[in-house]
Amino acid sequence: MKYMMFVCTDTEPDTDPAAEPDINVWVDQNDTAGRRLQGMALAPTSTATTVRVRSGRLLVSDGPFAETKEVIVGFDLLECADLDEAIEVARTHPMARRGRIEIRPVADFEQ
Amino acid sequence: VNDGDRVGHGDGHGDRHGDRHGDGDRDGTRAAAGRLAATAAGDAYPRIVAALIRITGDWTLAEDCAQDALSLALVRWPDDGLPANPGGWLMMVARNRAVDVLRRTSVERSKLREVAVLALTAATEQPERDEDGDEVVDDRLRLVFTCCHPALSLEAQVALTLRTVCAVPTADIARAFLTGESAMTRRLTRAKAKIAQARIPYRVPSGAALAERLPGVLAVLYLLFTHGYNADGEPAFAEEAVRLARLLARLMPAEAEASALLALLLLQHSRRHARRDAEGRLVSLDDQDRSRWDHAAISEAVGLLSGLAQRWQGGGQSRGQGRDDADDAAGPYEVQARIAACHATAPSVEATDWLRIADGYDRLLRLQPSPVIELNRAVAHGYAYGPAVGLALLERARSGGALDDYPLAVAVEADLTARAGDRERAAALFRRAAARTRGGSERRALLDRADAVDGGRAGQGSQGDQGGQSAVLET
Repeated sequence: MKYMMFVCTDTEPDTDPAAEPDINVWVDQNDTAGRRLQGMALAPTSTATTVRVRSGRLLVSDGPFAETKEVIVGFDLLECADLDEAIEVARTHPMARRGRIEIRPVADFEQ
Repeated sequence: VNDGDRVGHGDGHGDRHGDRHGDGDRDGTRAAAGRLAATAAGDAYPRIVAALIRITGDWTLAEDCAQDALSLALVRWPDDGLPANPGGWLMMVARNRAVDVLRRTSVERSKLREVAVLALTAATEQPERDEDGDEVVDDRLRLVFTCCHPALSLEAQVALTLRTVCAVPTADIARAFLTGESAMTRRLTRAKAKIAQARIPYRVPSGAALAERLPGVLAVLYLLFTHGYNADGEPAFAEEAVRLARLLARLMPAEAEASALLALLLLQHSRRHARRDAEGRLVSLDDQDRSRWDHAAISEAVGLLSGLAQRWQGGGQSRGQGRDDADDAAGPYEVQARIAACHATAPSVEATDWLRIADGYDRLLRLQPSPVIELNRAVAHGYAYGPAVGLALLERARSGGALDDYPLAVAVEADLTARAGDRERAAALFRRAAARTRGGSERRALLDRADAVDGGRAGQGSQGDQGGQSAVLET
């Protein structure tokens, strides 16, 4: 089962001073276990460009598709047995503390 | 059989909880047989639906087929008598029905369908067993933990538990959530779709994960109970919550908080016959006829609590400090249950061990800091150490502003003020609390208190016995 993990910022990060997990350790562990298929960090939203086509006309504009305080700063594509496993992978990501992580299953059109 | 579905809802539920029947059935024996059938079928139902979900992975199919079997049982059993193995009978009917449905569905995903049919053919209502024949995990536990998965909204968790585990009709659930039946159907469908699409596992977590998940499950059962016990709630939900808590306590004997929740619910529920007068008004705790409390339920709860105390003492280093060790090891449901037990075993309000209750709220506040618990603590200290102490603690509870729109905080102030001797101010406060209260029964009870204080019956304080999270006295 494939899950997309959107790594987001949050206006209320964790205040617990306990040591934050190391992102490199997280990547190595999940790559080795075959749970992380792909993933990368994104450049800031100030570099974002939005593209639309309406009535055949190209509309290009500056900025992300939605102006929000919380923004997506990266993503990881996971292969997990079920949602509980995906939750366990997400909880050990440093951004689960500093921000928030959204997990979405990849659509299964066979179902 | 589809038509019988409605029979299943009406009879299965109404009968099990008393009385919504009234179909003019003059044959008393048959009515008794009907009740017996409804109880047997109701007890077996969660196991059937849970097993079918495990085998087919299809929640809707499982639910529909289990409902069909339940309905057929309620038609047949009153006349034919109970089968020797009601669970086995229901499972057989439900399974055959599931096989029929699967065979009739379109050819898509035929491979999966074949697997499901094969699994169904081999299945019985018996739970999975390991090589030694020990039950691995009760299917019903799996079902409860999946319904209460935190990836579902809290409301969906409660509704799904009621629908899937307790077979409560969607219309009844909708009423409790103040919404329409079709909206509730959509919510339930969405929740089941999320379980399938996000692949929420059908599993009871173990080890550290169990410790993380159990409180959420217990909270859903507690919320379900309050939906039933609140003055304008669905009484049947309270019965269902007690049944589920009993099941959980039995299936997870190592989990103290599961037993503690059962004790807490039994204690609150024990007052169900005494907390309303003939006109349906709420009767405050000190005016209740304590002989009408369910004393069998109270002794069961007290027994559960002493079992827990012994467990802590047995595990502790020093037996001499047993009492304190026991209290310190207790989780939030156990502390609440011990507070409720003080009330339930007291011969009267005056003879209640308020010092112990005040101490209980001190502990509870440390475990679960919240303005509502601070409010309850103010009440308890008001009785243990006098209304002035209670009013001071109330002021502290309100200082954060979280209780600003909370009518019970005003009611508590009114009660403490009455007991401090300022009747006029107390009556005005009771009326203000009433004006802010939504539930009709609670509002009436507060207005009655205002009149009583005005009419000179002041002095002796009393608390509305509303139960649940909203109670002044019991949380």
